[in-house]
Amino acid sequence: MIRLENISKRFGKLQALKQVSIHFESNSCVALIGPNACGKTTLIKSILGMVIPDSGYIYFKEKSIKNDFLYRQEIGYMPQIGRYPEHMSIGKVLEMIQNIRKKTEYDDELLRTFQIDKMYDKKMHTLSGGTRQKVSAVLAFLFNPDVLILDEPTAGLDPLASEILKDKIIKEKKKGKLILITSHQLSELDDLVTEIVLMQEGNVHFHYPVETLQKQTKEERISKAIAKILKQQQYV
Amino acid sequence: MYPISLIAILLLNVFGLCQVQANTIWIIQKGISLKKTIAQIKDGDTIIVKKGFYQEGNIVINKSIVLLGEDYPILDGENKHEIFTITAPHVIIKGFKLQNCGNSSLNDLAAIKVLNTHHVQIIDNQLKNNFFGIYLSYVQNSLIKNNKVVSNATTELHSGNGIHCWKSDSLQIIGNTIEGHRDGIYFEFVTHSIIWRNTASKNVRYGLHFMFSNDDAYITNHFKNNGAGVAVMFTKNVKMFNNFFEENWGDAAYGLLLKEISDSYLLGNFFRKNTSGIYMEGTNRIKVKRNVFRNNGWAMQIQASCMENIIQENNFLGNSFDVSTNGSVVLNTFLKNYWDKYEGYDLNKDAIGDVPYRPLSLFSIMVEKNNSSMLLYRSFMVTLLDKSEKILPSITPDNFIDNQPLMKPLPL
Amino acid sequence: MFSIVRLIVSDIVKNKIVIVYTLLLAILSWSAFMLEDNQNKGILTLLNIILLTIPLVSILFTAIYIYNSNEFIELLVSQPLRRNKIWISLFWGISGSLLFAFLLSTGIPLILFADLKLGLIMLGVGCMITLICVAIAFVSTTFTRDKAKGIGIVIVLWLYFALLFDSLILFILFEFADYPIEKPMLFMVALNPLDIGRILILLHLDVSAMMGYTGAIFREVLGSITGILIAFILLILWTVVPFWISLIKFNHKDL
Repeated sequence: MIRLENISKRFGKLQALKQVSIHFESNSCVALIGPNACGKTTLIKSILGMVIPDSGYIYFKEKSIKNDFLYRQEIGYMPQIGRYPEHMSIGKVLEMIQNIRKKTEYDDELLRTFQIDKMYDKKMHTLSGGTRQKVSAVLAFLFNPDVLILDEPTAGLDPLASEILKDKIIKEKKKGKLILITSHQLSELDDLVTEIVLMQEGNVHFHYPVETLQKQTKEERISKAIAKILKQQQYV
Repeated sequence: MYPISLIAILLLNVFGLCQVQANTIWIIQKGISLKKTIAQIKDGDTIIVKKGFYQEGNIVINKSIVLLGEDYPILDGENKHEIFTITAPHVIIKGFKLQNCGNSSLNDLAAIKVLNTHHVQIIDNQLKNNFFGIYLSYVQNSLIKNNKVVSNATTELHSGNGIHCWKSDSLQIIGNTIEGHRDGIYFEFVTHSIIWRNTASKNVRYGLHFMFSNDDAYITNHFKNNGAGVAVMFTKNVKMFNNFFEENWGDAAYGLLLKEISDSYLLGNFFRKNTSGIYMEGTNRIKVKRNVFRNNGWAMQIQASCMENIIQENNFLGNSFDVSTNGSVVLNTFLKNYWDKYEGYDLNKDAIGDVPYRPLSLFSIMVEKNNSSMLLYRSFMVTLLDKSEKILPSITPDNFIDNQPLMKPLPL
Repeated sequence: MFSIVRLIVSDIVKNKIVIVYTLLLAILSWSAFMLEDNQNKGILTLLNIILLTIPLVSILFTAIYIYNSNEFIELLVSQPLRRNKIWISLFWGISGSLLFAFLLSTGIPLILFADLKLGLIMLGVGCMITLICVAIAFVSTTFTRDKAKGIGIVIVLWLYFALLFDSLILFILFEFADYPIEKPMLFMVALNPLDIGRILILLHLDVSAMMGYTGAIFREVLGSITGILIAFILLILWTVVPFWISLIKFNHKDL
């Protein structure tokens, strides 16, 4: 569904992505993990067309995304830090995006469960970080897209909201969608993910299905499995 | 059509106080030679020319007669002849349409030429497409009135003047309209004369060209859109009253060019939309009073060679520059003028500004030195320069100043 | 695209700065005509507004607005929208509001009090200068992400166009006074849109003076209908080229 070929990106002195080639299929939930500044967000933003790679190609459903923008119809994106026009109300933001997307059917489950629909008149700059995250989540899921890209989705959410979001992700996965999640908190991902991508210093360190990982390390929990693998590799 | 070709009617037998001679009226119609008639008649006779088209070459009038046109008979010079040449005194020419006189670079051919005589009256004629219009040389006590002198000159070289006066005295040039000649009215060595209520426009060079002509006055004339405006030069004691100088545009175009003029008066004139309202050079002891300068490029350009002139009680309105000069010494007096650029105040309410006004801007001096600076006119930088110069004058002459600027324009 | 333009315009209107700008311009231009005893002085005040206030406000407001809209732009870029469209909408949103403010506040008194032809020329020049300054602000902001730096750049640019460039011209004029430099100078002036606009207005405002020696050349070149057309085409180029550069840069910008 999404295929990256030899993507490189440099920000000044920092080489954010080094010849990254990777492939994501639908009906999977991929966790992008790695230390800070390893290139996760850059990778996501490259897929979204927000960052333009220095070299390499990105294909969405076998079509190059270069000079294309309509493919973003099929992506729901929840940014790490949701930044919105400060003077706009939640209602306005939703309305604006609805205008842009031009879809008539909405998946407003999160809108209701997060009770965002009750604060339509609130201005963006009055919102707490958590509420902003909720708005971001609502926007990502609102248009029932085939691909969901979630950058640190649970950071800043209270446990309850976090659970609601996780349930929603599982639900969407079952519909056969591709879900890309980046996260630091590996423990959160246990019951969600089907594939793990570990990135380090702009490289894809490994890309395994979860079962493979579990078998290799004989660990049930993903966090432990990864820790084990990293240790093994250090000693090799 | 008319079987009688020549009608001589004894109309009147006038016995004057000391005149015993009878005056005769001759009527000229189509087919009758005006020239031959003139040869036959005597002083004091009158010829009436009926409407028609006459080509008789050069007609010399050497007798004191009256020529009257009825419904403007056309006398045509066929582009090679002078039409009337008047050499006798007491001649009156009235009501003719004179056209296509010859064009020569050797002789100054004219529609009407008056030579060495006096008491001639040229009234109410229409002159069209002539080289010179009315040409006076050594003429005294004559009247040129209500003529319409129109030509279509395009270059100075191939055109003559509308009303040309040379070495004459006591002339009255009144109510004429002159268009499309080289100079509208040309005065050289003409004295004790008056130019009144004429209109000169669209002439190639000057509307009025005035040289070596002392003790004259020109009053209530209208000079508009002439190649170089009006030039008054090398003259003493001229009176210039209530004239209009308008729309004389161009590099060397002036509403009024004053060169080597002294002891003269410039009162109540109106200067509008000229590149340079008045350009003064070598002008001394003249009074410039109660004139209006409106929307000119430069209202007055006073060269350093001018002395002891008094510029008083004029209105300066909407001019790009009010005054400019090329020198640093100022020997002229400005007093009680209204300057629309004046920004002072009047605390004692005597209608005179409490702060003196300096009409000379720094930028006008810069333009005087370097013409191309006009490119920067009204740019922010120039405004800043001008303002700072106004506050702390350093380059503009110190005494270039109106100490009693008026707060309100004079009702002129 | 239209919906985004509308959004930006409504945001700008809520912003209040534009309303203050409109009021300020309106007060300046109405008082210029009402308080001054002669109409000419009012025109001169308006000339200064067009050559100073409008460029400064347009260039500063645009730069600040773009920097403050960073989040908004980011949000839009992640949506199925062409980047060109986002950037162009932003341009029309901002310049549309500023143009509206200018026409509403200055346009009415100008049409009412000034000579019609002069008034129209001044309005045209004012609009073009607004557009140009917005475009220049657009290109400046694509060169740096740092808001303070970006605002610094546009202020310097404004100073350059309003003041420094003319000083340079003056210097050249006097330094090379002995050479026939009028025509080359005309080309130089084309390098500053504010000067093009100023001379266009001068040719109608100070006809008499501009008919003098150098003026004759200006009038030949700029006074005719073709000249006015060329001048306006230059002004349009001054809008299109900077904006086009900013568009290319924005298309390759990482957010």
